[in-house]
Amino acid sequence: MLRLRPFRYLRPMGAEEAAAMVAEFDGEAMLVAGGTDLVPKLKRRQMEPSILVGISHLEELRSLRSTPEGGMEIGAAITLAEVARDPALSAQYPGYAQAASLVSTPPLRNLGTIGGNLMVDTRCNYYDMTYEWRQAAGFCLKKDGDACRVAPARPHCWAVSSSDTAPVAIALDATAVLAGPEGRREVPVESLYQDDGIHYTTKQPYEVVTSLHFPPRAGWRSSYVKLRRRGSIDFPIGGAAVALAIEGDRIIDSKIVLSGVASHPVVAVGAASYLVGHSLDPELVAEVADHAAKPVKPLDNADLAYTWRKRMVKWLVTQAIYEAGK
Amino acid sequence: MSDSVIASFDVNGRSREVLVKSYHTLLEILREDLGLTGTKHGCELGECGACTVLVDGLPQLSCLLLPHQVEGKEITTIEGLAGSGDELHPLQEAFVETGAVQCGYCTPSMLLTAKALLEENPSPGRQEIAEALSGNLCRCTGYEAITRAVELAATRMEA
Amino acid sequence: MRVVGKPLAKVDARAKVTGSTLYADDLIFPGTLFCKLLRSPHPYARIKHMDLNAAKAVEGVVAVITGNDLPVKYGILPISQDEHALESEKVRYVGDPVAAVAAVDEETAALAAEKIRVEYEVLDPVTSIEEALSEPVDEPIHDYGGPSNIHKMAALSFGNLEAGFAEADHIREDVFFYGGNTHLPMEEHSAIATYVDGKLTLWSSTQTPHYVHRAVSKVMGLPMSAIRVVATPHGGGFGGKTDPFSHEMAVCKLAMVTGKPVKCTLTREEVFYAHRGRHPVLMWVRTGMKRNGRITAMHFKTALDGGAYGSYGVATLFYTGALQTTTYDIPAYRFEGARVFTNKAPCGPKRGHGTPQPRFALELHLDKMAEDLGLDPVEVRRRNYVKPNTTTVNWLRITSCGLEEITDRVLQASSYVNRQRAVGHGMGFAVSSYLCGAGLPIYWNSLPHSECLIKLDRGGVTVYCGATDIGQGSDTVIATVVAEELGLWPSDIRLVTGDTGFAPVDLGSYSSRVTFMAGNAALDAARKLRNLIAEVAAESMGCSPGEIEVGDGKFGTLSFEEAAQLAQERFGAISTTGSYRPPDLAGPYKGSGVGPSPAYSYSAAVVDIDVDPETGIIKVNKVWLAHDIGRSINPVSVRGQVEGGVYMGLGEALMEEQAYRKALPKQPSMLDYKSLTSIDMPEVETILVETNDPEGPYGAKEVGQGPLLPVVPAVVSAVHDALGVWIDQVPVTPDKIMKALDAKTKGQAPRFGPKSFPDIAYPQYVKVDTPHVATQAI
Ligand SMILES: Cc1cc2nc3c(=O)[nH]c(=O)nc-3n(C[C@H](O)[C@H](O)[C@H](O)COP(=O)(O)OP(=O)(O)OC[C@H]3O[C@@H](n4cnc5c(N)ncnc54)[C@H](O)[C@@H]3O)c2cc1C
Ligand code: SF4
Ligand code: FES
Ligand code: FES
Repeated sequence: MLRLRPFRYLRPMGAEEAAAMVAEFDGEAMLVAGGTDLVPKLKRRQMEPSILVGISHLEELRSLRSTPEGGMEIGAAITLAEVARDPALSAQYPGYAQAASLVSTPPLRNLGTIGGNLMVDTRCNYYDMTYEWRQAAGFCLKKDGDACRVAPARPHCWAVSSSDTAPVAIALDATAVLAGPEGRREVPVESLYQDDGIHYTTKQPYEVVTSLHFPPRAGWRSSYVKLRRRGSIDFPIGGAAVALAIEGDRIIDSKIVLSGVASHPVVAVGAASYLVGHSLDPELVAEVADHAAKPVKPLDNADLAYTWRKRMVKWLVTQAIYEAGK
Repeated sequence: MSDSVIASFDVNGRSREVLVKSYHTLLEILREDLGLTGTKHGCELGECGACTVLVDGLPQLSCLLLPHQVEGKEITTIEGLAGSGDELHPLQEAFVETGAVQCGYCTPSMLLTAKALLEENPSPGRQEIAEALSGNLCRCTGYEAITRAVELAATRMEA
Repeated sequence: MRVVGKPLAKVDARAKVTGSTLYADDLIFPGTLFCKLLRSPHPYARIKHMDLNAAKAVEGVVAVITGNDLPVKYGILPISQDEHALESEKVRYVGDPVAAVAAVDEETAALAAEKIRVEYEVLDPVTSIEEALSEPVDEPIHDYGGPSNIHKMAALSFGNLEAGFAEADHIREDVFFYGGNTHLPMEEHSAIATYVDGKLTLWSSTQTPHYVHRAVSKVMGLPMSAIRVVATPHGGGFGGKTDPFSHEMAVCKLAMVTGKPVKCTLTREEVFYAHRGRHPVLMWVRTGMKRNGRITAMHFKTALDGGAYGSYGVATLFYTGALQTTTYDIPAYRFEGARVFTNKAPCGPKRGHGTPQPRFALELHLDKMAEDLGLDPVEVRRRNYVKPNTTTVNWLRITSCGLEEITDRVLQASSYVNRQRAVGHGMGFAVSSYLCGAGLPIYWNSLPHSECLIKLDRGGVTVYCGATDIGQGSDTVIATVVAEELGLWPSDIRLVTGDTGFAPVDLGSYSSRVTFMAGNAALDAARKLRNLIAEVAAESMGCSPGEIEVGDGKFGTLSFEEAAQLAQERFGAISTTGSYRPPDLAGPYKGSGVGPSPAYSYSAAVVDIDVDPETGIIKVNKVWLAHDIGRSINPVSVRGQVEGGVYMGLGEALMEEQAYRKALPKQPSMLDYKSLTSIDMPEVETILVETNDPEGPYGAKEVGQGPLLPVVPAVVSAVHDALGVWIDQVPVTPDKIMKALDAKTKGQAPRFGPKSFPDIAYPQYVKVDTPHVATQAI
């Protein structure tokens, strides 16, 4: 049986305390919510913290309610399953609920949280392997080694952002509340990510995501289309989130965000702007999808041929636009 | 002993307090500390579903659960599905009858997941059953007989 | 029939649904030590030096052993005894075990194993068939076989091939590649051993306790009588647990060294290294055909990537050429094949052993020939179907054969002929055939292949048989056969199976032999017992034994218990034995040992798919599978085997692949090695056809492996039906479909697949006379 290496588990009383604990044991401690991403990675020794700071028991991370402005607040420890089956959420943010319902498997969604999903580690099939495998292949930059195995030319990590819900949260202009030892700050979800497979988040390691805030989106439609081999279990090897504000049959605002194609969710700013002021005619949609897909350069570090994944981006965007426009 | 903790939770209706390693998963605690070997394992990485147990009625993966996460919770394993005595749960009856059991290794996880499904949705369709079981791999049956078993049990339990 | 053919519950199902079945990893004895193997991180390297001191110094470590402690070689086939439990000189694949640690718990054992220092001299690994065929950079992987890294070659020619081709109106050549894949049983391999009073006992999740028994005896240097091997209830095998394995040897040795019980359970990743999965096979086929679709000659060449060790490979090699003729009457046939060694996880037998690959090639090749000639692909097959009670050109005896009927039934059920034709929708049809047990044992001798002993004691019936239930339901078959003969219910029968300490030998759960062979042995023993009881019952009732009606727990007017006691009063202790040995079926040539079987099962599949021309993504809508089962002993179990076979066939067709990065398995996890989930699985309609085989128990034939075979080509055929492209390589992933569509758009050959077959210096073929003139007019 593959087992965990020893660590201590701390159970703070609140988010600030949690942040303080991680800050205190700088580099030694990690936050854990559902543990569905972290525990397998610990078993494969991709991370080797000596302390885990648990947060999923914190009641303050378990809100799920409408805000006075008409938006919604979702606590970071709300599970993916809870998001997927919440009627209010599905009504106003169908793309988000859809993305949550497509993560991994039903038993995993009963444990995995949306906070953990936002912060899920980037993936690469040279890295998401056991210690023994990585030793046999040669360790890589992201853990224990000094060169990237996928693109060795540059000391850069291209591990892929594989969160299903992050792109939709970004498309819906959600913000995240972060708690540090000293207090809280609220930032756009979009600003949480950067183009670096190792340091993929701009958040401090000790900062706890306490909740997500979704602005009111009455009159908007959203969608998420996911590409994976099987109908379950698999991480996205491509995904497109689309949010459209539609008046009559004209689009007045739009946002397109891609997952599984780079080290961060990719916001297709230019492409989305093409839609504004128009109705959804096939030629335009094809053009927009083309535009969104063009800059994307998948590498050979995820499932299936990267050339095929590249050509699928356009298809994903097209599907997601139509899905949202339905 | 700094890495040992007392885990307390209910297992199959009985409250348990066990001194365990803080880094042992529920899978190890059930199988090795409590001798409940009906819970199986096929990957220990959250990928196969064989280790599924019910935590407060919901299917979760015991190979990923740390002791603190199940503190005070009610856990049901396959040993607790039938209740006491010789009677089988209608799902177990149906699995036996329809041939949903071949090697039987995925069976505990399938049964518990199906139990949770029927509690939420007493008469699921084929597609809903497939969705609910999609985190539990089976290499023997092609899922066909398992689906028939869940349908059969649902019909009987409804009646 | 009272119980045969009835949809009764499996005899072991109740324990399985309550979680009380004890699989190997569930077993633990007081004081058990835990073993961890240290495996090589290099695909090919010489071991220069090993330092065990640091490992031995870890608190809680009880013993550390290396290859020096286990110097005797073994292997499943007598002709390839090429494995050490722990290598001490050279490692041949990533994952090759080099040391084993026993400690108080698994964590300590793992920690200590990591502290073993091994100095390697890294060699240049051989990673493909092409590399294996050419001059090696370093020394060859093994010191036998050759030239280069060729393990074994075969070349057989039946009938007059040249004349056959000369007669043909159309000749076509195709090249195919079948990617390797693995069994992925849900249960990871596990074994536990004890050594008490000079007697060794090994409990293991093995399909072949008898062969493990032999190998353990050889490696431990103990007589077989000092060893007991128990096959524990199995969490899935599919051929993956039919070799003797390093971890089994290690726990035996460690139990002997420490005097404590020792257990070893592999991790999922280690299961991928242990492998013994489906061989990747490159194939070339050339066929001559008359304008009316009648085959005149066929030449079939194969090249198998065997990985690092022999395993069953020589048998696999011959199987890639053996069963082409059991579906089609081929008047002249030549087969040439080569298995090579590479520095990858060793390949072995997986469900269908060596025959899904050529079946895939053959069925698609016939589709293409039919297309060339403007003929209906089904009609082309029918024109060439073998007939019952004939002998094939390679001397295989065909008895019962339901090809025509399964074809009719599957076409009818699926409305294949009137299928809706639209771009993106397709249906495919294929047929296949499989063995009901190999006609020859692995160790050539004249002993029975299966033996069964029944003990009658105060009305209780216990059956002892070496057969191993791996989930396929063989215990239920044996119980059903005995219950039928004795007028009891299967649940009345106590079974002791898969235990070499108590039960007489059965060769194991491989080659679909158990129902046929153990079933016949059980039938033999049960009939003898029935006769004994009937004789005494008849006396007491004043009639002749023939008049006694047996059933519903009764012998005539006596209850079974009363009759049994009367019998014991008369004869004293009662036990009867039965055995089965197939008739001598091998043809008069060297290499004829692979292929003969006392009977062949037949399967026909129709697959209905949608495939998106924009993405190449396939959705399987439904599969119809008609199977000639001879007779079903338990229709529920049979249907389960069909559905499971279809499932695995779809997996191999669509996604399952043991892929490598050079010599390193690319996806050794359940997440990355793709197998179908319940959402991906279509509905399956099973059609059972009973042909009543003259030699099978009650007419039964196999179903464990056959139904997988036609599914793979049927999927590819459906893709062609939908999009007009041929994917001559499995798995059929969406990227391959898009590449084929691209080629079509560019006006190139509308296909994806291997371009050519290497030039292999096969030996001069053995020319074999045909057993007769062709059975059907050409
Ligand atoms: C087999 C398998 C399949 C999967 N498939 C998918 C998939 O298809 N799509 C997908 O998106 N994910 C997938 N996952 C990954 C993971 O399960 C999910 O992303 C899940 O939502 C993670 O949530 P968690 O609470 O379990 O996170 P954890 O494992 O607890 O944490 C993940 C990371 O986030 C950090 N973190 C967690 N919560 C917070 C917080 N509140 N504030 C700050 N940091 C935090 C942790 O420190 C850790 O670094 C899969 C995992 C497995 C094992
Ligand atoms: S992209 Fe390169 S550096 Fe990053 S995880 Fe993969 S191999 Fe390592
Ligand atoms: S053992 Fe837990 S999911 Fe596989
Ligand atoms: S019955 Fe064997 S894995 Fe499901």
